[in-house]
Amino acid sequence: MTAPLIEARAVTLSFGETPALRGADLAVDAGEILAVMGPSGSGKSTLLHCLAGILAPDGGEIHFDGRRIDRLGEQQRSALRRDSFGFVFQFGQLVPELSAEENVALPLLLGGAKRADALARARAWFPRLGLDGLEGRRSGELSGGQAQRVALARGLVAEPRVLFADEPTGALDSLTGEHVMDLLVDSARAQGTTVVLVTHEARIAAYADREAIVRDGRATSLSGRVAG
Amino acid sequence: MSVPLTLLGLLEREPSHGYDLKRDYDAFFGRGKPLPFGQVYATLGRLARDGKVVVGDPEAGDGPDRKRYVITEAGATEFEDWLSEPVAAEPHLQTVLFSKVVLALMLGRDAERYLDTQRAAHLKRMRELTEVKRSGSLVDALLADHGLFHLESDLRWIDLTAARLDALAAEVAKR
Repeated sequence: MTAPLIEARAVTLSFGETPALRGADLAVDAGEILAVMGPSGSGKSTLLHCLAGILAPDGGEIHFDGRRIDRLGEQQRSALRRDSFGFVFQFGQLVPELSAEENVALPLLLGGAKRADALARARAWFPRLGLDGLEGRRSGELSGGQAQRVALARGLVAEPRVLFADEPTGALDSLTGEHVMDLLVDSARAQGTTVVLVTHEARIAAYADREAIVRDGRATSLSGRVAG
Repeated sequence: MSVPLTLLGLLEREPSHGYDLKRDYDAFFGRGKPLPFGQVYATLGRLARDGKVVVGDPEAGDGPDRKRYVITEAGATEFEDWLSEPVAAEPHLQTVLFSKVVLALMLGRDAERYLDTQRAAHLKRMRELTEVKRSGSLVDALLADHGLFHLESDLRWIDLTAARLDALAAEVAKR
């Protein structure tokens, strides 16, 4: 078996006195779409943030592509997130002052791309996600489903190795949520992006190849490979 | 799925041959389990005996497929009554899932592991149905959705039960 692309080993993290992760193990293979499920407060989003280098764990190890990343400094983690990871969050979190296409281009601009090139690559995503004609809109002028598709384009535009999606359909109605998931899965597969999808909804998790469940700060793989 | 009522419904649309009824039944309602011709004609025979359909004049040629079936007033009334009645909202209070959890607790087995195994099986089926939905027609998608919502409601029950296992174990131990 090849080594996982991203792996958590016995990861612990507390917020003050409250333990959020109590020795979580999780392994994600390259190209895999993994759903991380669990009840509210179970630690699933915290685990995603540790895997993605947003939070540094108190203990344990995080490995990405054969490299240990949990002890990197903030600057190096920031570079890792920019170069290798994409993100989609529950409420899109588009920058309201920017147009939709500028929002999509943001990861490329932050990575040092020229503005014209970045915008051209960003624009190519609009027809793919059914967003034709919305390139110049600001986030306040988009519906929830449109904003989340723009967020998805932003998460994938730099062709990240891993897309981290935290409740990406949580704020959408069922039909719109499924449309976003269809696009997310198709786009990720088309460019070979690994996806770590945090969701509490089983119907959204069913788009993944496999599920893991987080309970009381520990992860259990429900199907397929087990961490380690 | 009631085959007689479904055939009546198809006949309410227009008089049809047995072959056409089978074709439409399989396309919309069979879902991988085609209706045998024998069952089509046996059902039509019973419906004719009970006065719910009549057989039209035979057309040229031989064989049962030359007969065209027409719904009667009695058949149409029965179909309309059935269509307008809601399906019983079954509470499923005594499910196999519930029995297994309680028995596991009674026997001191690992009920949580059972629930995890069940959760994995449900999610596996949900993945299959999601794939059907993503690759199939709108009819396939609607049927898959029906299954998905039911499985999802089971899963919510599984999650809630998992969260209450300690309390349920105490309740079971009291008796």
